[in-house]
Amino acid sequence: MPTLLDVKGLKAGYGPTHVLHGLDFQVEEGGVTALLGANGAGKTTTLRAICGMVRTEGEISFRGDRLHGRATEDIVRRGIAHVPDGRGTFMELTVEENFKLGAYVRNDNQVQADFDRMCAWFPRLKQRWKQQAGTLSGGEQQMLAIARALLLRPKLLLLDEPSFGLAPLIVQEIFGIMRRIRDESGVGILLVEQNANLALELADLAYLLETGTIVMSGRAAEIRQDEAIRRSYLGY
Amino acid sequence: MDGLAHQIVAGIATGGIYASVALAIVMIYQATHHVNFAQGEMATLSCFIAWSMVQAGLPYWVAFFGTIVVSFAIGVVVERILIRPVANAPVLTMVGVFIGLLLIVGNATGWIFGYTTKVFPSPFTSDGPLLGGLVSAHELGSTVVTLTVLTLVWAFFRFTKLGLAMRAAAYNPRSSRLVGIRVGWMLALGWGLAAAIGAVAGMMVAPVVFLDPTMMLGILLYAFAGALLGGIDNPMGAVLGGFAVGVLENLAGAYVVGTELKLTVALAIIIGVLVVRPSGLFGRVVFSRV
Amino acid sequence: MSVSKGLPADAAIAAIPLPAAATPAWQRIALVLLGLAAAIAPIFVLESFHLFQLTMAVIMALAVLGLNIVTGYNGQISLGHGAFFAVGAYCTAILMSHFDWSFWPTLPISAAVCAGLGYGVGFPALRLAGHYLALTTFSLAVAVPQILKHKSIEDWTGGVQGLFLVKPDAPFGLPLSSDQWMYLVAVIVAGACFLLVWNLIRSRIGRALMATRDHATAAEAMGMDIGSLKTKAFALSAMITGIAGSLSAVAIEFVAPDSFSFGVSITLFVGMVVGGVASILGSLFGGLFVLFVPNIAEAISKAAPGVIYGVILILFLFLLPDGFAGLLRRIAAKLRGRG
Repeated sequence: MPTLLDVKGLKAGYGPTHVLHGLDFQVEEGGVTALLGANGAGKTTTLRAICGMVRTEGEISFRGDRLHGRATEDIVRRGIAHVPDGRGTFMELTVEENFKLGAYVRNDNQVQADFDRMCAWFPRLKQRWKQQAGTLSGGEQQMLAIARALLLRPKLLLLDEPSFGLAPLIVQEIFGIMRRIRDESGVGILLVEQNANLALELADLAYLLETGTIVMSGRAAEIRQDEAIRRSYLGY
Repeated sequence: MDGLAHQIVAGIATGGIYASVALAIVMIYQATHHVNFAQGEMATLSCFIAWSMVQAGLPYWVAFFGTIVVSFAIGVVVERILIRPVANAPVLTMVGVFIGLLLIVGNATGWIFGYTTKVFPSPFTSDGPLLGGLVSAHELGSTVVTLTVLTLVWAFFRFTKLGLAMRAAAYNPRSSRLVGIRVGWMLALGWGLAAAIGAVAGMMVAPVVFLDPTMMLGILLYAFAGALLGGIDNPMGAVLGGFAVGVLENLAGAYVVGTELKLTVALAIIIGVLVVRPSGLFGRVVFSRV
Repeated sequence: MSVSKGLPADAAIAAIPLPAAATPAWQRIALVLLGLAAAIAPIFVLESFHLFQLTMAVIMALAVLGLNIVTGYNGQISLGHGAFFAVGAYCTAILMSHFDWSFWPTLPISAAVCAGLGYGVGFPALRLAGHYLALTTFSLAVAVPQILKHKSIEDWTGGVQGLFLVKPDAPFGLPLSSDQWMYLVAVIVAGACFLLVWNLIRSRIGRALMATRDHATAAEAMGMDIGSLKTKAFALSAMITGIAGSLSAVAIEFVAPDSFSFGVSITLFVGMVVGGVASILGSLFGGLFVLFVPNIAEAISKAAPGVIYGVILILFLFLLPDGFAGLLRRIAAKLRGRG
């Protein structure tokens, strides 16, 4: 499969502190890459670095285009949608307005069709259409965040812990949707997760981060098979 | 009772002016959590620009719309040059920059156009008083103009994509960038819009108070009072607050304190609101994290 | 405000630099003597008009010092200190012209009145942060002339005409003109206030003031009563600016509402920023600046001082946010580093 996102020697940090110490990883066209690791390993920072939200060094090439040093909004306009930690929902605005903002940069005539498709995928959002996003439950907000991101019609979707703080049933639902995205939309996904089991099930490639360094990488299926790795690194 | 009715109607007319300036203040406050102390001075400058255009022989409405465009541009430029570089600076720095802006714009206006009071034309004239002497042509006309402006602004934010993006950028700049909104430009547009609204308010009030470089100072104070009364994070509330302050001011001036203490009324409203109900009548109560 | 999260509160307080570097005792004494000589010398050197201007500069420096306590050291932005300046001036003027008091006894009265007023303003200010406070004090400054003009207090204030008073003569038959004596009075009073504030800032209270400004949560967690600190800071600040107002009333020998427009408050603010926020020495520079720069600028146009003020204010905020005092500090540090 051709490479969608190719990251080489990525370093990033906040102020004088470095959080990432040179990461190499890839996302394949239409594939799912999982970034695993404990709290503070640098997963969230990695996603922020791709979106130009933190100071970075190194090569980030997206469909052959260098992203390094570009403004967040320009990176987004190139087709990278980010569901950040905290979801990035516009709490004060309605579900409908959040949808519209998701499609803000698009000028094609497919927007309404995509709205309908998202409403079909997330029927609960349809019910909450005119409601303020801040009044939604955690699971609904996560769905709204994913829908909002997909409405950009991205080539790459960055997801930061979509299962965080949600009830197991809701987590199942969300991962079901992500499977659907993978199978039906052809969007590449870079998934940051603490729930390694679920993530590996979904992913093609997987990388394990420890304090800003990749300590292990490979095909997700192989990692899942490897008892020793699972025990020592993933803890299940 | 005719006197009272007239005071109320006149209060609504001036209230429209306060409501417009209050809206301009709130727009910038919402986007940046800063209060533009120079909003009044910028409006005064706009009036002088309009005045110059009229003096140069342009028809009133050409000057009117021309001034709106120029004021919008001035607002954008000010944001880009002065406000942008200190956007993340401490509050003291921001307040200082606003004060600097107030000094520069206010005094430059006096420098260029002089300190003599000038007569500013009103486009609304009639042979006699309207509605049985209840309201003058200018009061009626300016109320219609301010209401039109307020409606247009509301519709812009409510129904257009750009308006939505500007609201989003004000609420949540980080998330806005993630949907591709150019937040910096949204702020600049907000400044432009605020300056344009202020310009309309100035041009509507100038025929009443006459044109001089300090004419907006008192009006700015009333607008602050109105914005606070309605809730400084609520545009709708600020507009209602502006109207309320206009009526209140007129009634207080006519029946309670006389005209000499009008500014003190504004001060009293400001302090009263801040002490009794800091979030205003319609504002959200925000718990500040220290 | 998560800045102080990881820091123990003690460290947060200790991290605030003390205003004075350690200098040997003989150097300090020499500096004091030199300062005294420099302060007194103008009496013998300057003719009366320039001496009057210098007197006003000292008075403005004192007023800026007052503002610096609450805004610089305590972080509560006031754009309305002109109001306290006005009240101080009017206290002295009313007592001197209506009751034939001499100047000195009016000082404690006007200090007390302004402190009380400052305390009163400081109270609602507790609930207002940042822009709200700036806004409220700004409205206060704008409303002051109107209040002073009002006819219900006209008998006291002299209304629009204002009040006239006379400079005190030099006591004990000192061979000084009233201008020279006035200059000395200003220097003595201002000197005493500067000394008071200098000691205060270097004390526990000073550190507490700055701690509340920089790390409110940490300060509160350490058991500081932030509310009481802030109102007291306001009271002290108003008192000192009020004393400056008293001095200005006798130095000018005249008070009138229109001399206390909101421009006074703005002037003090500009003086503070240009001189150096949270700097005692900076207040002195600020006083000199606000007195002499407009004089020079006025030669160009009536409006020029305002425009130049505005430009200088913004330039300082952009390029030298710690003012003259900060610039000097950095130059001194560089020289010391080299030597």
